[in-house]
Amino acid sequence: MATRQSFDKALAELQQDVLRMASVVEKSTYNAVKSLATQDPILAGEVIEGDDIVDEQRHQIEDKIIKIIATQQPMAKDLRILITGIRIVMSLERMADHSVDIARVTMCLADQKLIKPLVGITAMAKLAQQMVKDGLDAYVHNDPEKAREVCEADDEVDHIYHQTFKHLVAHMKRDPETIGQATYLLFVARFLERIADHATNIGEAVVYQATGELKELN
Amino acid sequence: MRLNIFLTFNLSLLISQTGGNAVAYKITVRDLNLFYRDLQALTNINLDIEEKKVTALIGPSGCGKSTFLRTLNRMNDLIEGVRVEGQVLLDGQDLYGPEVDVVALRKRVGMVFQRPNPFPMTVYDNVAYGPRIHGQKDRRVLDEIVENSLKSAALWGEVKDRLHKTALGLSGGQQQRLCIARLLAVEPEVLLMDEPTSALDPISTLKVEELIRDLKNNYTIVIVTHNMQQAARVSDSTAFFLNGELIEFGNTELIFTSPRDKRTEDYITGRFG
Repeated sequence: MATRQSFDKALAELQQDVLRMASVVEKSTYNAVKSLATQDPILAGEVIEGDDIVDEQRHQIEDKIIKIIATQQPMAKDLRILITGIRIVMSLERMADHSVDIARVTMCLADQKLIKPLVGITAMAKLAQQMVKDGLDAYVHNDPEKAREVCEADDEVDHIYHQTFKHLVAHMKRDPETIGQATYLLFVARFLERIADHATNIGEAVVYQATGELKELN
Repeated sequence: MRLNIFLTFNLSLLISQTGGNAVAYKITVRDLNLFYRDLQALTNINLDIEEKKVTALIGPSGCGKSTFLRTLNRMNDLIEGVRVEGQVLLDGQDLYGPEVDVVALRKRVGMVFQRPNPFPMTVYDNVAYGPRIHGQKDRRVLDEIVENSLKSAALWGEVKDRLHKTALGLSGGQQQRLCIARLLAVEPEVLLMDEPTSALDPISTLKVEELIRDLKNNYTIVIVTHNMQQAARVSDSTAFFLNGELIEFGNTELIFTSPRDKRTEDYITGRFG
């Protein structure tokens, strides 16, 4: 008879819980950026309200993990799976917070004409979302190589962030009237850059889960 | 002259360099094989046991961990048909060499067993037993040995008012600590513990574990345990045995978070068999 069947089941369920939470967060980021690009305050409002669900999911998952640690005394890989679970939900929760931050910017800019097309911000959003998706794929397949690639992708996001920063500052210098909106857009770029950092954290957590290595990867 | 003695003493320990820190090994095991008649119980064991550290031996029943423990003070000699090949060096001296005095060896390398086994005599006489056997008759010296040993075994406070009452009236946990005190009274260097808490309740177990942590300041300790959490809590290094072989040996924190061998991983996560 196989040992620890119910424990294995609890670990598998935990992974499903994390993925369910991740899908909510991915949608939240997607909608936040969309609400900004389309200047849709209703969609932004949905993102802001949806954050409570993410917070609740985070607490439920953490509670489950704490109970498993207290009752099952996990060791080695099992322990790493649980620690990785905690790290990932923490990163997801932060990403959701940044999505809310972006949605709030949408609210502030809803009745203003955008000073420029959101080229850099859209590119950053696309890359950051892909990093999150790849990080979660690496998590599901416990694939450290893929997880490392996620961490490497952060360089490109940082690069676009710096470009966007420069462009927006140049805009402000040229036309001080745009300082208000450009500052908001700078914040958005910063929030997206942070979301990509959290995707990197997920990658690092997966490398830890798979190999036991604790390392800053970007 | 003093310098020479110092050098000789140090050379008798095997010293290696790891990460810039000198590690002193109290016991070095080389190519150890053990047979019970035709049955091989230990195969090619190579292991270095650090001085003044706790080394835990883990593995499923019948894996050879207790047999291995008993090779460290030649307790297996008492079993008929046992044959040992290879070397077990204590401070560089082979325990299985022809000139070794086994009684003196067991004074240096003492053992605590699974069930507490106090003698049916008073607490005092239990602890004084060893020193008396070794010729100590001076009452004042014996009093001092008994008190110090009981203090080192974290039992003095609980028994100082009943030293001359029977040891069999103590609780299981107290009896086990008394057995440890009895061992300490003959001033050993190495303490071997064969599942020392398996017959104890959780609180007594934690007291013995705390004691083990204290004792390692002065003694080299090797402990066999079936309780993985105990190995994780008390030991500095852990050795995983399976079918008479040493599968993995290393830093306890690493073994319990990121073991290298899949068989170790399966065992400590309970996916074994």
